[in-house]
Amino acid sequence: MSATSVLFDAPGPRARRASLIGSVVSLTAITAGAAWIIWILAAPRVSGGITLPGMFDASRWDILTDPQVWGFIGTGVAATLQAAAVAAAGAVALGVVLSLLRSSRLPWVRIPTAILLEFFRGMPVLLMMLFILLVASTGAFWAVVLALIVYNGTLIGEALRAGLAALPRGQREAALSLGMREFQSKLLVEFPQALRQMLPIIVAQLVVLLKDTSLGYIVGYNEIIRSNMNNLASFFGNRYLFTLFVVTLVIYLTINLLLSWLARWLSWRTASGSGTVAAGADPGTADPTSAIRLVQAASTAQHPGTGTHL
Amino acid sequence: MTQLWSLMPEFWGGLRMTVLLLAVSGGLSLVLGTVITALRISPVPVLRWFAAIWTEVARNTPLTLVFFFTAFVLPMLGVRAPFLLLALVALTYYTSPFVAEALRSGINGVPVGQAEAARSIGLGFGQTVTLVVLPQAFRMTIPPLINVYIALTKNTSVAGGFFVVEMFATTRQLVNDNGNIVLPLLLVAAALYLVVTVPLGFAAVQLEKRWVVSR
Repeated sequence: MSATSVLFDAPGPRARRASLIGSVVSLTAITAGAAWIIWILAAPRVSGGITLPGMFDASRWDILTDPQVWGFIGTGVAATLQAAAVAAAGAVALGVVLSLLRSSRLPWVRIPTAILLEFFRGMPVLLMMLFILLVASTGAFWAVVLALIVYNGTLIGEALRAGLAALPRGQREAALSLGMREFQSKLLVEFPQALRQMLPIIVAQLVVLLKDTSLGYIVGYNEIIRSNMNNLASFFGNRYLFTLFVVTLVIYLTINLLLSWLARWLSWRTASGSGTVAAGADPGTADPTSAIRLVQAASTAQHPGTGTHL
Repeated sequence: MTQLWSLMPEFWGGLRMTVLLLAVSGGLSLVLGTVITALRISPVPVLRWFAAIWTEVARNTPLTLVFFFTAFVLPMLGVRAPFLLLALVALTYYTSPFVAEALRSGINGVPVGQAEAARSIGLGFGQTVTLVVLPQAFRMTIPPLINVYIALTKNTSVAGGFFVVEMFATTRQLVNDNGNIVLPLLLVAAALYLVVTVPLGFAAVQLEKRWVVSR
């Protein structure tokens, strides 16, 4: 956020006053908006001549004191995390393989991989889930997991390939001059560096993967949304729909924000670590396109979520 | 084959709905995303925090949950609206922080010296942003923005699970009705999605190549 401080002067007394007024006005507006929403939610509502209690009435929240309900919610969370964990492991593994194939020197390996990557990147995950569900008839769990592996694996593979391409050419030349084979150089010298460079992007992609397990709701996998909102809400009645929605939202936000912060922390750590490497490299001998790619890759790494996401 | 051809009108209808969702929610989220970006870089701290919190919450909520809110919770709260409108709201809300992040990364990508030079010749905040920073940020923003729209194209399929008959819902319906040609139907659906996403991706790569050099 260095740009922000440059866009306006260090505020003098008048600007400070204007900023203070702006702060107070906007804070009032935001508070008023929030209060309005809360007031609407809290108001009792009339439906078909019957008056129902507002959204914050105790009778809408009493199920949360029931440990069995929490046990059921826990099952949903476990199902989501299980699908996410299996898919994450698979996606990283597939990504590694794809990035190696994609950056191969053999055209008959590289080109089909590139086409395959393009194909899977342009397709909705949901359609893939439906595809696997119907064509392979694997059941909902594997439909969700396999589709997420294929989709996120291609994106992680693409990120790793960009990382490989962004490495200084000297790394490879040095490895080859030491007598390493092409594949040894790739696996022992280039790949570990690319992986480290792209780690924040990969973790950001895993957040996306976790969010996408919620698509299981549509194809019939009992993850959090389906188990909370469909099963619990239909068991206890529509009265608790809002309550269960809030619970689900809080669970998702907690898990995802923790993962996002991990991604940001990794990004900050790798950025500070690679700074010395970049400063040590001689700009004169570096390949200009690879330098540009490195800058791009680094700038994407600074903002996980803007590169590969959703 | 003739059976497959006879189903093309349905696919066409689904594709039209998908493109409609993409165009309308894409336009709306561009507007909303621009507003959030403006708040994010504004001199008023409260607005910056508000925009940051909005971005963080919206980005970390699964799209399915957002759709669930608009399609089930809102009607329960008394909002009466057609499902298409609710789907557009969900897609816009979900896409806006990604648009905002793309715009913000573009603004951050403009060299600091540009803003400093603008400041030093006496331009104010509004002038610096609109005359100097944004025109340069724009070209750095287009490729990531296209990527956001590619993702949005794919995300419109979630609307198919919530009562909007677009490509995904159409395909699911057709597959249920024509059990003998499941595989061809799914491949046609995949191809139709690629018809939208591949040209967008190609444009992003081309623009990125051209503009990276000219900077």
